[in-house]
Amino acid sequence: MEHIRTPKVENVRLVDRISSKKAALGTLYLTATHVIFVENAPDTRKETWILHSQISTIEKQATTATGCPLLIRCKNFQLLQLIIPQERDCHDVYISLIRLARPVKYEELYCFSFNPKLDREEREQGWMLIDLSEEYKRMGLPNNYWQLSDVNRDYRVCDSYPTELYVPRTATAHIIVGSSKFRSRRRFPVLSYYRKDNHVSICRSSQPLSGFSARCLEDEQMLQAIRKASPGSDFIYVVDTRPKLNAMANRAAGKGYENEDNYSNIKFQFIGIENIHVMRNSLQKMLEVCELKSPSMSDFLSGLENSGWLRHIKAIMDAGIFIAKAVSEEGASVLVHCSDGWDRTAQVCSVASLLLDPHYRTLKGFMVLIEKDWISFGHKFNHRYGNLDGDPKEISPVIDQFIECVWQLMEQFPCAFEFNERFLIHIQHHIYSCQFGNFLCNSQKERQELKIQERTYSLWAHLWKNRGDYLNPLFRDDPSQTQGTLHLPTTPCNFRYKFWSGMYNRFEKGLQPRQSVTDYLMAVKEETQQLEEELEALEERLEKIQKVQLNRTQVKSKQSEPSRHSGFSTSDNSTANTPQDYSGNMKSFPSRSPSQGDEDSALILTQDNLKSSDPDLSANSDQESGVEDLSCRSPSGGECVPSEDSGKDRDSDEAVFLTA
Amino acid sequence: MEFAELIKTPRVDNVVLHRPFYPAVEGTLCLTGHHLILSSRQDNTEELWLLHSNIDAIDKRFVGPLGTIIIKCKDFRIIQLDIPGMEECLNIASSIEALSTLDSITLMYPFFYRPMFEVIEDGWHSFLPEQEFELYSSATSEWRLSYVNKEFAVCPSYPPIVIVPKAIDDEALRKVATFRHGGRFPVLSYYHKKNGMVIMRSGQPLTGTNGRRCKEDEKLINATLRAGKRGYIIDTRPLNVAQQARAKGGGFEQEAHYPQWRRIHKSIERYHILQESLIKLVEACNDQTHNMDRWLSRLEASNWLTHIKEILTTACLAAQCLDREGASILIHGTEGTDSTLQVTSLAQIILEPRSRTIRGFEALIEREWLQAGHPFQQRCAQSAYCNSKQKWESPVFLLFLDSVWQILHQFPCSFEFNENLLIMLFEHAYASQFGTFLGNNESERCKLKLQQKTMSLWSWVNRPSELSKFTNPLFEANNLVIWPSVAPQSLQLWEGIFLRWNRSSKYLDEAYEEMVNIIEYNKELQAKVNILRRQLAELETEDGMQESP
Repeated sequence: MEHIRTPKVENVRLVDRISSKKAALGTLYLTATHVIFVENAPDTRKETWILHSQISTIEKQATTATGCPLLIRCKNFQLLQLIIPQERDCHDVYISLIRLARPVKYEELYCFSFNPKLDREEREQGWMLIDLSEEYKRMGLPNNYWQLSDVNRDYRVCDSYPTELYVPRTATAHIIVGSSKFRSRRRFPVLSYYRKDNHVSICRSSQPLSGFSARCLEDEQMLQAIRKASPGSDFIYVVDTRPKLNAMANRAAGKGYENEDNYSNIKFQFIGIENIHVMRNSLQKMLEVCELKSPSMSDFLSGLENSGWLRHIKAIMDAGIFIAKAVSEEGASVLVHCSDGWDRTAQVCSVASLLLDPHYRTLKGFMVLIEKDWISFGHKFNHRYGNLDGDPKEISPVIDQFIECVWQLMEQFPCAFEFNERFLIHIQHHIYSCQFGNFLCNSQKERQELKIQERTYSLWAHLWKNRGDYLNPLFRDDPSQTQGTLHLPTTPCNFRYKFWSGMYNRFEKGLQPRQSVTDYLMAVKEETQQLEEELEALEERLEKIQKVQLNRTQVKSKQSEPSRHSGFSTSDNSTANTPQDYSGNMKSFPSRSPSQGDEDSALILTQDNLKSSDPDLSANSDQESGVEDLSCRSPSGGECVPSEDSGKDRDSDEAVFLTA
Repeated sequence: MEFAELIKTPRVDNVVLHRPFYPAVEGTLCLTGHHLILSSRQDNTEELWLLHSNIDAIDKRFVGPLGTIIIKCKDFRIIQLDIPGMEECLNIASSIEALSTLDSITLMYPFFYRPMFEVIEDGWHSFLPEQEFELYSSATSEWRLSYVNKEFAVCPSYPPIVIVPKAIDDEALRKVATFRHGGRFPVLSYYHKKNGMVIMRSGQPLTGTNGRRCKEDEKLINATLRAGKRGYIIDTRPLNVAQQARAKGGGFEQEAHYPQWRRIHKSIERYHILQESLIKLVEACNDQTHNMDRWLSRLEASNWLTHIKEILTTACLAAQCLDREGASILIHGTEGTDSTLQVTSLAQIILEPRSRTIRGFEALIEREWLQAGHPFQQRCAQSAYCNSKQKWESPVFLLFLDSVWQILHQFPCSFEFNENLLIMLFEHAYASQFGTFLGNNESERCKLKLQQKTMSLWSWVNRPSELSKFTNPLFEANNLVIWPSVAPQSLQLWEGIFLRWNRSSKYLDEAYEEMVNIIEYNKELQAKVNILRRQLAELETEDGMQESP
């Protein structure tokens, strides 16, 4: 609280991103956890809530006649432009937010004050929803080849690994410890995924400390052990996910990659995924494109190309596809690493697992996948997503890229996933929100020390409770579709990878499809379920009546409500029926005079009434109860009313139009 | 019959066919007057049955005695035939070349096609102008049907019947026709029932360099204005182009002479610029060797989506003026047969719920494209693989269909039809067994006696068995104006057309099927529940009656 210089500023304007001419007047509040903007408009009093932890950058722009503009960019891609009348107030807000957005200790994060009114038992149950030992059991472990190792008990060998690790039975503690000393941050090869039908595994590690010529017998034995653990194949792939040049440069620092001559029966392969710095810059460039005001098609496409973002997404996908093919088609085990084995390795292992195993394409399975490949194996959430104030060079959208890969797959395999796009978007949101404890810290060890499970709540339980919102109506549970591997063609089909406006422009509802097929189908399915129940009840009653009639006794029964096949209106009528700014940057229409007969006569139609970013997550979150109204589009929304332009709207449009 | 002369080798055995998504198949190749047929003589194998008129370009090459013909179709498909024997191959190639570029329209397949289906409704009479006018005449008496162009004498590219302001007589129309490009005097395109405002379209005014004017023209369009209200003239050309047009006798409405009108210039491209855009786009889609960045830059360089954005933006602007500003609009470019029609028809998709139904969309195509004189014969003579560089070939209609698809993509529940209808129209505009898209205007169609000699596309489409393929299961009548987004983030490559032969749609088809299943099952249950309810109600009243006496 001591960081809040001014808790409330009045007469602040929230500028509509699409049309700078429209702004909502309201009051800005700063609380310990949120920035809140409440519009003055008495009928709506629309609220916009931004968690401090979502704030990525705050920019104070040059003061104009109307006030002092403040630009807040959020990690969930929301963009807020406020105009504060007094320079001093603006400065106070700015200074406060700079501090509030960069907490220095974990206890300042929202999850430690967030209270969803669950009792202790419910909280504990929430944390038990996703259980990794269950997951390893599901994979068929332990078995003749793989065992649970206690070598990392109390994080003795590697402090960024979990304590429960699966290794080949033939890998003795001596081999493991020896191998760990030959690997960056002692992240020795361990099992990530096991395919029981052909005994093939995906293992992960960090880079070997090979330098130009160093060897390590135990490390070589470790890889040998992995190979022997899949008796069907006489070699394993070692996939280095870095560009070759990067890996070679690492040799000078005493690190590097496996020499095929030293390891028996390995096939070594580079897959060039760029490092976190390149990815950070790439996202930055892409977001600049998203922020452009009325860009031309060329601006947008060339900007997208120059950002390189989709090229990086494709590189990650290609790596995942390579590994999935090795496992499913060649029956060869794969060891994956990058430098430290916690960024690109996590991306690639999880993409491959998703392609290979339909379980990970279910709601719960996906949670397990993130829990396993990201949380437990020490992906540095705190550093990558800047939860605590730290080195900005550590920040990088590593898991964002994985989430996008999943979306790209969903676009290509619409029936293969149990969950929908909203599920991905909400997970992304909460990785940054720090509202739940799951993604705190950089490792399992740190989380344990912080007693996260005792002090915070689990996101997985929250998502599971609301799973109805996250289902994909097209999900086919039948084996032919979902069992087994998703096969992507080998040809380089670049056009498969598309810009995800649902994520990066998601707060600009006007840019999204105005009707959601997913919501429509979910509403139909819901109605179908009700019909099934009603049908059963009717059949029962019919039977009863027929019986009773035989006995000539009357049964009084209430006539059921005549159900009508109501329209499933899924369109956001307010946007659907508001035109955008279609006149672009045309010159304003000159006042009519005969002498100007041949002048260019253009006009500006300023009717972009697109409701300003309607943050589905933050705007409706009920801070007190902590229960979010996550459904931005209610499938049971009202029937379309044919009065699409309210008088108010029309007047304002006309006014602008006439003065233009 | 001269076909026989063109077919030097009617039949070749052991020809191998390569086509997208199927393994190569060996069979017998047959050439007929209108088709290229390959049969493997196996029961379950699909055969090639390709209209010569669908062939856009062919390449041939030889390796020893084995010849290869690569056939590039107007629907963007590419197939390959391996033909043993150099002479046979050369003969086939030259026959295909000759047969796919027949000069005379009357030799085209529609004149020979005999339908194998029962005609329920003759499509030639499905959308008569009189019937269409009735839809308006119930709402307004300010408009009338004019038969001034009965003999196509006033305007060769207009239909015999047009809708004009009631206050303007035929004599005036004749005068106005001399003042408008191609005789295309302003006619009604769309009447907005909500506020009585209209969209009119025409050719450019022939003002020339000395600022010629035409009182009747001014009177005609002013007749559509309410007292004190302004109208908008949307010129689809940029101002400088419109100014240059004066040198050739064309021009635009001077404000001095049209004080109640405001002119807006947009820049929708035409002719070869669009054709080149299509060629580049299809080339980029077919080339799968380049990397991600190269793909995006080639997509950008094709400018296809830029054209889509410009067309949609102009249509939205027109719809906005009409619906939000309550103003009448006149739209024209130069001839008024291309960009003008794109804008008038898309504005109706946005404004008029009826044009989003199957029947209404067909009526729109009939009214705003066929009757309105879009020169299909010229524009669709060649497609993405041609290199003839003729000025009149241009994918104007395809751009319109793509724009409709963009809106459909943004409002997936507001259209009664699905993407398949748009794809089908694209195919038939370029090569068809039906006469609908033959000729450049009604006058030519009349002379060709298409109604008597060929079958209408609508006769085939509007049968229940066909309609079901084109029906959107998600459709829920939406009586609102639908405002699409024209931001680059919202516009997408139409994969169903451009990637149709490059990527398998297996999983997307499965998803569609699943969607249909979900909705069908729901309807089925609904029906069952209704039956049971009725039964129950009957039983209960019966019961009550038995009880009461």
